[in-house]
Amino acid sequence: MIEFDSVTKEYPDGTVAVGDLSLRAPTGEITVLVGPSGCGKTTSLRMINRMIEPTSGTITIDGEDSGSVDPARLRRGIGYVIQHAGLFPHRTIVQNIMTVPTLLGWDGGKAKARAMELMERVGLDPAFADRYPNQLSGGQQQRVGVARALAADPPVMLMDEPFSAVDPVVREGLQDEFLRLQSEMGKTIVFVTHDIDEAVKLGDRIAVLDVGGRLAQIASPAVLLAEPASDMVADFVGRDRGYRALAFTGGQVRADDEPTVPLGASVEDARAAAGGARWLLVLDEEGRPAGWVEPAKMAAPASADFLNRGGTVARADGSLRQALDAALSSPSGRGVLVSPDGALIGTVPAGRVVEAIEAERVHRTEGGAS
Amino acid sequence: MTWFLSHLDDVGVFLAWHVYLSAVPLVLGLAIALPLGYLARRYRWLYPPLILGTGLLYTIPSLAIFILLPLLLGTQILDPINVLVAMTVYTIALLVRTVADGLAAVPDEVLLSATAMGYKRFSRLLRVELPLAVPVIAAGLRVAAVSNVSIVSVAAIIGVSQLGSLFTDGFARAFLAPIVVGIVACVLLALALDLLILAAGRALTPWLRNRRAS
Repeated sequence: MIEFDSVTKEYPDGTVAVGDLSLRAPTGEITVLVGPSGCGKTTSLRMINRMIEPTSGTITIDGEDSGSVDPARLRRGIGYVIQHAGLFPHRTIVQNIMTVPTLLGWDGGKAKARAMELMERVGLDPAFADRYPNQLSGGQQQRVGVARALAADPPVMLMDEPFSAVDPVVREGLQDEFLRLQSEMGKTIVFVTHDIDEAVKLGDRIAVLDVGGRLAQIASPAVLLAEPASDMVADFVGRDRGYRALAFTGGQVRADDEPTVPLGASVEDARAAAGGARWLLVLDEEGRPAGWVEPAKMAAPASADFLNRGGTVARADGSLRQALDAALSSPSGRGVLVSPDGALIGTVPAGRVVEAIEAERVHRTEGGAS
Repeated sequence: MTWFLSHLDDVGVFLAWHVYLSAVPLVLGLAIALPLGYLARRYRWLYPPLILGTGLLYTIPSLAIFILLPLLLGTQILDPINVLVAMTVYTIALLVRTVADGLAAVPDEVLLSATAMGYKRFSRLLRVELPLAVPVIAAGLRVAAVSNVSIVSVAAIIGVSQLGSLFTDGFARAFLAPIVVGIVACVLLALALDLLILAAGRALTPWLRNRRAS
């Protein structure tokens, strides 16, 4: 556990970057520091590994005052990932990942084996091992940055906007993989971001900091979205927080059987299957939803080329947010629900998802009252 | 050509001296410019005086410095040491700024991550900053090498023999052959040193090749 105890950072010119901050980052969890620019989130992060020294207050890591440990030794025991990765341009990928093991005096062969193992774990092709960072894309470099931080298996990781410099699609992939890695490793992570969506997605706990480094609220994402403690937090969390909170609401919705045809089905088969309905769901070879067709407008067998793919697909065991989005985005108004392996389970209309949301809310508030 | 062939030994000795007097100061100058450049980079307030001060050294006429140094060092006027020291001073004058700028060109996020990985200050300088400053320092070193080869020849006037002696000899006898041989030898030497530094710089920066190669 990392614990801030009334930590203040004041610069000689009187600027207070962090003001009397006390918070805990529990062991094995992701604690996200989020807030507008100038809220001292990066300063707070860098005080943990003493890249910046606090003016007053103490930071303890698993009970040990970090101020009493030699800074270089302290840092070798803490993984650190930054925006743009900050890889060493003059070292190959494998050498970059071996940095901390080498500093710790590991045997070269062992350090290299560890680096190769990590490349695989973060999803990097081992063929990249002897390339230089400038030969990799931004997303790949960021994976190397994560592998490098993990190399000596530190119990604590500090991450400073690690995914904000890559494009949104790559970012989402990196976030998902990061969550998968964390579920395997259970590190104690402090994660800085200015992006509330990223905070909500990744954080077990979110600490919202206000300008001047004051803690505005620390809570789980669901609580933060449902019960912001102040106007500042409410503003920062954003207007569609009610909708986004659904991401944390699971619940059962009953799926209807949906008539389907396989890809390549003839016009006659499609019209027969639809039975007069305007939209018909088409499945691919593995039984997964491929898209919708309008049988009345079909002139040729159902092919992948003219499917309507506008609808999102929700996992039946996922959140109600996904289920509602599937229903709202579907051209037929029927949201597609699938099993974890992607096979069709059935469809659900938006109204029924909303009923489930309401039922869940009643259940939760009455459960809370009793 | 016949003059050159009949004086091959003399030209060889002059060339050897010329290499010695211009290349050794290059190494010494770099060794002294590295810490000075580092200080100029590390302590901002030191940058202007250090850069200006060392830069001014380069404006001292070489002949003056050759004559002044024996007074300062207590050496004989003909002692080649004077030339070595003078050329070292010129090298420092050119390289302090180069080293400081080369270190300044290392990206902030690289420094930040090196510190966060647990590098101590000196090993960070040695393992991260200096290797990344090599391209800039090598470029400065190439300028200094060519400049040294050219300035050293002036030392012939005070009687320290090297390729410059061919110029004084030719002038004294109003004889063109040694002058031409001296110029050609100087140009070739400058070119050779330049290529040597270029090759060394390339060898030390493998990451700058094969950008985005598949």
